[in-house]
Amino acid sequence: MRRAYDGQPLSGPAARSIERANHAIGPSSLMFESLSARLQAVTDRLRGKAKITEADLDVALREIRLALLEADVNFKVVKEFVARVRERALGADVLNGVQPGQQIVKIVHDGLVEVLGGERHRLSLGGRPAVIMLVGLQGSGKTTTAAKLAVRLRKDGRKPLLVAADVYRPAAVDQLVQLGDQVGIEVHTRSVGTPALEVARSGLEAARQRGKDVVLLDTAGRLHVDEPMMDELVRIAGAVTPAETLLVVDAMTGQESVRVAEAFHQRLPVSGLVLTKMDGDARGGAALSIRSVTGLPISFIGTGERTDGLEPFHPDRLAQRILGMGDILSLVERAQETIDQAEAERVAQRMMEARFTLEDFRSQLAQVKKMGPIGQVLQMIPGAGQMAGAAQQAVDDGQLKRIEAIIDSMTPAERRQPEIIKASRRRRIALGSGTTTAEVNRVLKQFAEMQRLVKQLSGGRLPNLPGLRGLMGR
Amino acid sequence: MMPRPARSAGGLGLRPASGGLGSRLRALLGAGRATEATWEEVEEALIAADFGPQATLEMVDAARAAAGRNQVDARALLAAEVRRRLEGIGAGRFELGPPPAVILVVGVNGTGKTTTIAKLAYRLQREGKQIVLAAGDTFRAAAIEQLRIWGDELGLPVVAQRAGADPGAVAFDAVAAAESRGADAVIIDTAGRLQNKTQLMAELTKIRNVIARRLPDQPRHVLLVLDAATGQNGLAQAEAFSREAGVTGIVLTKLDGTAKGGVAVAAADRLGVPILFAGIGEEIDQLAPFDPAAYVDWLFAG
Repeated sequence: MRRAYDGQPLSGPAARSIERANHAIGPSSLMFESLSARLQAVTDRLRGKAKITEADLDVALREIRLALLEADVNFKVVKEFVARVRERALGADVLNGVQPGQQIVKIVHDGLVEVLGGERHRLSLGGRPAVIMLVGLQGSGKTTTAAKLAVRLRKDGRKPLLVAADVYRPAAVDQLVQLGDQVGIEVHTRSVGTPALEVARSGLEAARQRGKDVVLLDTAGRLHVDEPMMDELVRIAGAVTPAETLLVVDAMTGQESVRVAEAFHQRLPVSGLVLTKMDGDARGGAALSIRSVTGLPISFIGTGERTDGLEPFHPDRLAQRILGMGDILSLVERAQETIDQAEAERVAQRMMEARFTLEDFRSQLAQVKKMGPIGQVLQMIPGAGQMAGAAQQAVDDGQLKRIEAIIDSMTPAERRQPEIIKASRRRRIALGSGTTTAEVNRVLKQFAEMQRLVKQLSGGRLPNLPGLRGLMGR
Repeated sequence: MMPRPARSAGGLGLRPASGGLGSRLRALLGAGRATEATWEEVEEALIAADFGPQATLEMVDAARAAAGRNQVDARALLAAEVRRRLEGIGAGRFELGPPPAVILVVGVNGTGKTTTIAKLAYRLQREGKQIVLAAGDTFRAAAIEQLRIWGDELGLPVVAQRAGADPGAVAFDAVAAAESRGADAVIIDTAGRLQNKTQLMAELTKIRNVIARRLPDQPRHVLLVLDAATGQNGLAQAEAFSREAGVTGIVLTKLDGTAKGGVAVAAADRLGVPILFAGIGEEIDQLAPFDPAAYVDWLFAG
């Protein structure tokens, strides 16, 4: 299963989400948890359709809209975004082997990545020393971020100096000093009563004298509507000309994120965002809102209170987190990336014609292997969660390899017409693959069963699983 | 510590924020009958105030049902709907109860627990109460110093141990100190913790148990501090802290900005506990008893 930035689960497999939705704690948790279940229902309804109709889309988009609002994406941003998805989804051809509902989700996901993504923001640290100024609301995590960033920069070979310019909050200076002590990075402070501007200026001077090449300027938290306090930041920025001004935003922020970011952005040369407390379970929609309104890049993700909890930002991970359904999405993503579309179509075609042979089966296995650890793949498929353990076991035991070896030891004729494989051929195949005739028998029996299932199947779906289930799900 | 420069800005308690829900709603609903489009806009206005899609739909549906086919003031209906939710759970009257009252203050990181404690202590002090503070945040760097500075400022005893000490032990000491001094209340700070950190949440249960061993039926008050800027995660916070710490009331902080704190209404409604106080500024006296009617007026005025 996919894990979030620090090992906390982003969201469970779809199967578990469905199960949890059935006995959720309250109405909103129900809505929260059952998004993937509800989208799955939409998906089921759409199964087998070649195109996505407007009515289908309405149902799915309603769920997506709610999900985005639950994720704290600003309502205006949601509106624009959903309109864009509608445009793209209408008339989009359904990919072979991918369910239409999943494809809507994929369109949503790609749209999110598009907004969140762009080129990665690398700090440009010109100037000697280069100044990084950290700004934001109270309690967003500026001081902790300053220490984390200093540690990171030191790792990159920089010589950082922390400057404690939060002169208002009681013990804010102490906090930075203690963090600096913990990680062994110098902290510049001035006596109580020194104005923030003076602390910043003298910090810059101290950095020059001590041969530091980057200054991390921690500033006091302030409300974006607090004019005198915003003026103070403008004056500080004017005095130290920061190379980077990072707006520190709590991942839990709600609809006001846009107004806050716009206000800071208007008054200051903000160059990037740090999204903090991402080790929590907030969806982090604020990042999407701020990015789509201001265009500011997301520079870092803060996770946890330890000083090493600062990570580069991955647009796709956040997109999945915002939707709260990473598992279905990853499947669509991965399926698309790895399955050779033409090959998939060929196999699907042969399946529908019931000409599915061991060669097709072999190519299917190869594809499944390409998609990564099979347990992960299975866990991403709604309803297949229980199989995952057994399947992973099979892989760990080398069972999948053995099946491949068995098929590889067959002649092309045998693969096309397994019915010609009688006792002596079975012995040869067992010898050739280093297995036993019993195992060869089992593979053949399961394959026959799979062929029977394939004959029963109608529609263009690519049934990757029945064969594997038969072979390994015991 | 240094005073912040004086400001004149919006927020609850100062003056209504401009361009808020009120002016929008008035423009929308002021004239006559609400149309389908109007209700949609109303929905958006509540969403913008962080009520969340679920609570918003419920409230708008209720208002619509009440409106029926009549020509009514839809704005008043909505205001009544929000007020009904808040008042249904008991208006926010905070009663300390017989001494010593143990008050445990909990919440995620950065919501303003320590500042709230200072403000609450100041408030109770002005009512003539004897207060003891306890530095139960032994984890975050300089959290103990932060509370100590407030204690010095207010002339209040602060029970503290070294950084990294067991917060349960601090709580125990603090309760003992409050008893021996005959204090009216002891307010215990705790480290901020994200509600999905199971172990840290279990620590709150432990702190509770330690207190209860000394004083059964205590802590009498467990205040959850919610930041008004918080979005829908506030609901998850409320649920988790309620489960682990037995929240008895909510303090909604940072209402002096533009955030409306709608999620706190949904959270209070969900937990069935009142919003007791509102933080409306950086000054020590800027903690006001939460008045549902005033809040709703602020929300819908402007």
